[in-house]
Amino acid sequence: MKSLIKSVALATAIVAAPLMVATTASAEGERYVFISHAPDSDSWWNTIKTSLGIAEGQLGVTVEYRNPPTGDIGDMARIVEQATASGPDGIILSIADFDALSGPVRDAVDQGIPVITVNSGTAEQSASMGALMHIGQPEYDAGHAAGTRAAKEGVKSFLCVNHYITNAASVERCQGFADAIGADLGNQMIDSGQDPAEIKNKVLAYLSANPDTGAVLTLGPTSAAPTINALKENGMAGDIYFGTFDLSAEIATGVKEDIIAWAIDQQPFFQGYLPIVLLTNYNRYGLLIPHNINSGPGFVTKATIDAVADMAGEYR
Amino acid sequence: MSEVSAPPNDDERVKEISGFRKSLMRPELGGICGTVLVFVFFLLTASDSGMFSPAGVMNWSIVSAQFMIIAVGACLLMIAGEFDLSVGSMIGFAGMSIALLSTSAGFPMWIAIILTFIICVTIGALNGWLVIKTGLPSFIVTLAFLFILRGVTIFAAIATTRKTIIGGLREEAAGDWLAPVFGGKILTGFFQWMGDNGWIEVFSRGTREGQPVVDGIPMLIVWAIILIIFGHFLLTRTKFGNWIFAAGGDAQSARYTGVPVNRVKILMFMFTAFCAVVFATCQVMEFGSAGADRGLLKEFEAIISVVIGGALLTGGYGSVVGAALGALIFGVVQQGLFFAGVESSLFRVFLGVILLLAVILNTYIRRAITGEK
Repeated sequence: MKSLIKSVALATAIVAAPLMVATTASAEGERYVFISHAPDSDSWWNTIKTSLGIAEGQLGVTVEYRNPPTGDIGDMARIVEQATASGPDGIILSIADFDALSGPVRDAVDQGIPVITVNSGTAEQSASMGALMHIGQPEYDAGHAAGTRAAKEGVKSFLCVNHYITNAASVERCQGFADAIGADLGNQMIDSGQDPAEIKNKVLAYLSANPDTGAVLTLGPTSAAPTINALKENGMAGDIYFGTFDLSAEIATGVKEDIIAWAIDQQPFFQGYLPIVLLTNYNRYGLLIPHNINSGPGFVTKATIDAVADMAGEYR
Repeated sequence: MSEVSAPPNDDERVKEISGFRKSLMRPELGGICGTVLVFVFFLLTASDSGMFSPAGVMNWSIVSAQFMIIAVGACLLMIAGEFDLSVGSMIGFAGMSIALLSTSAGFPMWIAIILTFIICVTIGALNGWLVIKTGLPSFIVTLAFLFILRGVTIFAAIATTRKTIIGGLREEAAGDWLAPVFGGKILTGFFQWMGDNGWIEVFSRGTREGQPVVDGIPMLIVWAIILIIFGHFLLTRTKFGNWIFAAGGDAQSARYTGVPVNRVKILMFMFTAFCAVVFATCQVMEFGSAGADRGLLKEFEAIISVVIGGALLTGGYGSVVGAALGALIFGVVQQGLFFAGVESSLFRVFLGVILLLAVILNTYIRRAITGEK
């Protein structure tokens, strides 16, 4: 029994030690909490984490990045409530589910914590929650702009590889694209899941069942990389019109190799960096930009890819 | 005549145990120790981070209550010797069912809720019946339903509304009599009084100016307490509770002594489904929306809470109060790690370490109690 007590005490001390160090070593500047809706497996947010780190260093503030490990928005709402209870100098979050998050965000705003929304959600939702502004890329418009480009090349049908179907914004991207090329979004959007092997197999299956598909649209690095492999395997790489959202190292290579026509850069760097800069200036000097900021879309094509490629996945 | 010595006062074959030690030797002891340790740990590392302010206490209490609701169901089922891995998918399915029945199908909210309960408890009974009929491990049968229910949830959402998050449920639930039973708050007057007298902070601006930051006890917590009391009473004070232990300890011997093992197991599967629907309804009513990915992986969190609370994975031993304490530990640790400022990517490492420590502690204590080697 004595040795049990000793080992438990030792274990508690070992676990507690890094935490004690962590809490005393935090900076004296303002503290912000950035809450995303993404599950741990989503790599797109790495750019935002990088930009948060850069903002921390430049401004002398601390930023905590939080997310629900499984992507469950119910858990995300609890994280927002927890962040509010810990009294930060500002909260930044994505509006993944307006109904679930509006209550906790309203509470934060009413307690005097400034809130900026980024990424998912519309400007109206952001304003109705009492946020200072929304920084993002309107998804339907981005999909529509992409579809307009594709329609100019004569695309009439497409496959939308949706790896994050539970996020309403992802469906809007496919819908915007479909409307722009004049197609009906029926089975043209597939729920590919997040596992690379699964995504590749589903793309191969769809393309062999529908060989006349005019274009492929993927919604992010998670679905783009396996789709590139699928197209290389069935020989359609470079042949079929392929556009994607977001940037990554594989997508950059795909653009250079003429497999991907363009990548839509939502410029997530701004979705992490700008809120910290704006909140810090708001807290310190009372300055505020009075309108929303669109961080994208920027189209990255073969002409511009070289400059961008090195930084894909980290800064872009 | 030989001398007759006075009969010995004690029988040296009987070991003396002090009253204090006797009261400690309960199955919940591991859970109690774990809870004390966890609170001490967070008092040391996070006492000034807002974790023990009223809003902070409400935050981890709600998260713990969420786990408690599904842990009670999982505990009774695990004591009966079975697992249910479909709880998380059932939560998503139930939430989506309420949303679709009330928005797309147009039923009033109370009918949507009652229909959802009936549908999901039937699915729970189906789980149990399949396990009994086929003799397959419940692990496999419920794993299949994990996929089936999650898929049906996503399909139903996209097929009817082309979205996977269905909102606007607060408006649908306005004026309904059953909705506040799951999504409302009680003791609001008491909290308003505390706010007025300065015991709790009040909002400084906005539409809720003057209202206390914590404005009531959510029905989620009330349901958790009701289910714990019900589960504990059922398990320890009724004949049915004995049957649950017997079915989990050794099903065949239990059958020989007349315990209706099949009925017990099916009823426990139905109860687990019931708990999942209570969770889902409270969540949907509180948030006003249902999502297709709600409840993802919650079944493992329920099982973890039950194991931290001292139940045996093989069945036949455990306690509902222990499971509740396990859920409390899990909720406090999950939210407390955020309060303590732990790096988000290390979060799961700490969770796993604490889980391991809790289970090892429990095993040692259980061996000390039961004298097992």
